[in-house]
Amino acid sequence: MIDPAKPRNDAVGDAERTCSPALLEMIGITKCYPAVVANDGIDLQVRPGEIHAILGENGAGKSTLMKLIFGVATPDGGEIRWKGQPVSMENPATARSLGIGMVFQHFSLFETVSITENISLTVPGTLQDLSGRIRRMSEEFGLPINPDALVHNLSVGERQRVEIIRCLLQEPELLILDEPTSVLPLPYVRQLFATLRRLAERGIAILYISHKLEEIREICHRATILRQGRVRGTVDPARTSASELARMMIGREIPHARHKRASRSGRVHLRVADLSYNDPDPHSVDLKQISFEVRAGEVFGIAGVSGNGQFALARLLSGEETLPAEESGRIVLFDKPIGSMGAEDRRARGLAFVPEERIGRGAVPDLSLSQNVLLTGHRKGMVRRGFIRRRQRDRFAERCIDEMDVRCAGHRAPATSLSGGNLQKFIVGRELLLEPTTFVVSQPTWGIDVGAAALVRQRLVDLRDAGNAIVVISEELEELFEISDRMAVMYEGRMSVPVATTSVRPEQVGQMMIGHFDAAAPRQTA
Amino acid sequence: MMTPMPAWRMVPREQPAVKALAAVPLVTIGLTILCSVILFTALGSSPSVVLYNFFVDPFTSAYNIGELLIKASPLILIAQGLAIGFRARIWNIGAEGQLTIGAIAASLIPITWSRSESALILPAMILLGATAGLAWAGIAAFFRTRYNANEIIVTLMLNQIAFQLLYYLVTGPLRDPMGFNFPQSAPFPDAALYPPLFSGAGVRANLSVLITILVSLAAWILVSKSFSSFRLLVGGIAPNAARYAGFSGSRAIWISLLVGGAAAGLAGVGEIAGPIGKLQRILSPGYGFAAIIVAFLGGLHPLGIVMAGLFMAVIYIGSDSAMLAADIPTSAPVVFQGFILVFYLAAHVFVRYEFRRGSSLAPGRRT
Amino acid sequence: MDAFVFVFGGAFMTATPLLLAALGELTVEKSGVLNLSVEGMMALAAAIAFMATYNTGSHLLGFAAGAVSAMILSVVFATLVLFFMANQVAAGLATGILGLGLSALLARSYEAFTLAPLSKLDVPLLSDIPILGPILFHQDLVVYLTIGIGVGLIAFFYRTRAGLILRVVGENPHIAHSLGFSVMKIRFRAILFGGFMAGLAGAYASTVLTPVWSQGMIVGRGWIAVALVVFGTWRPLRVMMGAYFFGAALLGELAVQSGGIAISSQLMTCMPYVLTIIVLAVVSRDAVRIKLNAPVSLGENYRPIG
Repeated sequence: MIDPAKPRNDAVGDAERTCSPALLEMIGITKCYPAVVANDGIDLQVRPGEIHAILGENGAGKSTLMKLIFGVATPDGGEIRWKGQPVSMENPATARSLGIGMVFQHFSLFETVSITENISLTVPGTLQDLSGRIRRMSEEFGLPINPDALVHNLSVGERQRVEIIRCLLQEPELLILDEPTSVLPLPYVRQLFATLRRLAERGIAILYISHKLEEIREICHRATILRQGRVRGTVDPARTSASELARMMIGREIPHARHKRASRSGRVHLRVADLSYNDPDPHSVDLKQISFEVRAGEVFGIAGVSGNGQFALARLLSGEETLPAEESGRIVLFDKPIGSMGAEDRRARGLAFVPEERIGRGAVPDLSLSQNVLLTGHRKGMVRRGFIRRRQRDRFAERCIDEMDVRCAGHRAPATSLSGGNLQKFIVGRELLLEPTTFVVSQPTWGIDVGAAALVRQRLVDLRDAGNAIVVISEELEELFEISDRMAVMYEGRMSVPVATTSVRPEQVGQMMIGHFDAAAPRQTA
Repeated sequence: MMTPMPAWRMVPREQPAVKALAAVPLVTIGLTILCSVILFTALGSSPSVVLYNFFVDPFTSAYNIGELLIKASPLILIAQGLAIGFRARIWNIGAEGQLTIGAIAASLIPITWSRSESALILPAMILLGATAGLAWAGIAAFFRTRYNANEIIVTLMLNQIAFQLLYYLVTGPLRDPMGFNFPQSAPFPDAALYPPLFSGAGVRANLSVLITILVSLAAWILVSKSFSSFRLLVGGIAPNAARYAGFSGSRAIWISLLVGGAAAGLAGVGEIAGPIGKLQRILSPGYGFAAIIVAFLGGLHPLGIVMAGLFMAVIYIGSDSAMLAADIPTSAPVVFQGFILVFYLAAHVFVRYEFRRGSSLAPGRRT
Repeated sequence: MDAFVFVFGGAFMTATPLLLAALGELTVEKSGVLNLSVEGMMALAAAIAFMATYNTGSHLLGFAAGAVSAMILSVVFATLVLFFMANQVAAGLATGILGLGLSALLARSYEAFTLAPLSKLDVPLLSDIPILGPILFHQDLVVYLTIGIGVGLIAFFYRTRAGLILRVVGENPHIAHSLGFSVMKIRFRAILFGGFMAGLAGAYASTVLTPVWSQGMIVGRGWIAVALVVFGTWRPLRVMMGAYFFGAALLGELAVQSGGIAISSQLMTCMPYVLTIIVLAVVSRDAVRIKLNAPVSLGENYRPIG
């Protein structure tokens, strides 16, 4: 979707970049956490004016490395040099005073205060003075924002602009961007790249953390690849093929789900009709007149940037949130209104759900895996006359561990002890063992490793092929194009008219994600 | 070259440390005794006299042991009820008021039929007392589920209201007409009193001790094996997971408060049908609050609560005898209770976290 | 008319301990910490302040001693919550019980002792205005100071950088830490300030408002202060108005009796508690408003990782 052949617009020449002394240098950096060695002897050099990619899949140690550079965490071993001098990054303030700015993947903005107040926390100056500087900066770099707006009213794109402006106001020499495009709709990605190129032209070094190969090939001058906490190579990404980068990143080819075309002739399992909902959380958007249906044997994808109402929709589908009785018919499962039914009743009717938050919602962190199967699996013979039957419960947990290849210390292991990918496999496995006929999954592969993601997607496709209906809510457009048969886009609480996946291009869906629902309007009606 | 590490740092444990879990009550009690001895010595009492009176004297006679059981019984009973709510993070701080209302309701029967010898009187009192305590706690459950009003504040306010109601009744409608205007009811007939366990031995321990044992056993079985208890637990430690599973939040609030209220009401019956034998202005030396500490000190586990309740009773008996022998003031048990809970919460950190030398993760461990 | 002046003039006095404690608790909660030991801190401070004033004859020393004692107790709470990561509700109850016990223990020989009252200050000219004059401008120094503290806190929260930092720590301690603010230090200071204010509140209650010592004299006022923070939906101005409303309600009992209306005194004593429950229900039922105003991280412990 991004043209890798497009030439890079370099003001700082290749020669200058490669010859100038390193701005930041890391030598043998090591960081251990109780269960893992997150960084293991990392060497890295960043020069002024270069956009340097740190490439690696989830859990490879990218985020840890950035935290060490920015002083959020301290390394257990190794040395960091800034302009040739050894430094110790004791906290983010030290890093900032040296000239390092960072835009986190999860923004460091406070919802209840204004943009200017947020920025005043880290940038000196009176509020009035700052507000003016923010305005000037936003014009200079093409990052339009209103300094007096409260953060909770901002879109993700706007929030990212605030973060970048906050960094730029401190005149950094090194700017770190952690997965900057993971939350951005495609058109905004283009704007961001234009801004980044302008910054690099002025000699600012940029560390660009990502796992998206094409983006890195388009914009980065160099790429350092991490796998399992170690450096696996430093390359010029433009001269390296995507599949070669992928091999370095995950150690093998990226697996894809095996797929046969869906036959969309089956019975309607789930129908949502004209669903509107006022979210009691004032920071969330309300749902407006959402309608769709899902039939036996199809995967229905719901795309969109997070925060456009997907959270509330998922809760309404799962039964974590219920509608008043008179509106129960807005959600219909097999011709039966279920909108006012609780989660347990819906599950009894064959609707299973996997939430995007694994810890604390899909699983109780402090309880064992076998206790966690009780959450949703208790109907499967695990409770008799109000008392728990441990044998049945443990057997169910073991089956789930076996079938999903969950790496853990057995069914007595607490849920917290599992990695994100393994816990997700466990939760998906548990819900699959309930033999659902309608399966709603929210962000199935958020933050999990490639292998686990592939397995989860394969199981979803298998469930579809067995004649069941699946709803996948996902931010990852590639994922939806891979597994869904039809898709719709959510934007500010509304949902577009569903379209067949084969009839749209990613660019069109990208336009829909910023509200241009007519971008994929069926042509025959035009 | 490296940032100097703090000497120790806290690392969360993957699983609670079982050894630490067992050591917490011991450490707590040790520190409490130490601090209390220092405090009372500072106030001018001899430490050996204080220690003797607190921890030896309660076991020196059959009478004292009987008293111990009589005091431990309401503490354990209430704490078993409260612990169910505390595990679900529902904070019933109003057991004292629920005890009061339970006692008031139960007292209506022997006050109305003051000369009855019917065997039904006692069962009726038990039923009415427990129901009244349950209903009083139900007010808080109603306000919490219907209006989202914080149950801590509501149950506390209900305490004050219950005390005023009791005061009004024993100085007005329920006052003993032959009682020289003392604020108390007429003494109850024998049929309205719990029969003693060891008749004729001069020991006051009565049937309420057996009730407490039965309730504790039932609590143990329910907590360790029932699915309802699992639902409540999940609601407390991971409310979003409970919602996801479809476990009703308001049901958890109702169950927690109603069970706690019924247990406190039952404890109230135990007081008026036991050692007191009538309705009077002060029914409990703060059992409702002390039971909060008993519940925590017992690790919110039914068997732990039994041990903790016995320990707390020792403190009550001990402070009675220390008051006579060493001029320890009546407020001493409350200070003890404060120390216990403070040290318990502090010691509990070792169950959830381990303390490591920062340098143990030095570069040498690179793999 | 006398009853009117009595109730509304006196309301400023009865409201003062509620307000002092509530403003302290408000500050603590703004930082994301729920400290339920207000009642215990007030009780301890009331005892210490009474003893200090009785023995030195100085109200100032009484207030100082009371404030210090409550601050010591708040350090115990802060240690449990910030260092030992104890559940905030349980830690508040623990510290509160300790405070109540120490209060009764330390002042046990002062039962029914009395103190000289604190003199009232007349604001020149203004206090001569009929009705409003005696209500608003014939008060003791602490009443005026308390209003001053309230106004000062409003300015602090919404006009200063330190106030902004306190608020954002309460909203999201993780982000605050990542921006380089010490969540521990800020929360510790807030808790200490809460102790200081609860100390002043207890001292005022025992040495000025009712200068007679009796054990358990705080009777739920610390809890009403905690409830006031909810009533005011975490806004200082609304908390102040709520406190004066409750101050008037607490006095209603005396006014009704002096008016010769026969109502059981126990029933009147119950009124503030009943009122607390009702107002709490009315304010809390609006979940959206609570969510918009309550500090997001309230009640959650935070431990920096790294």
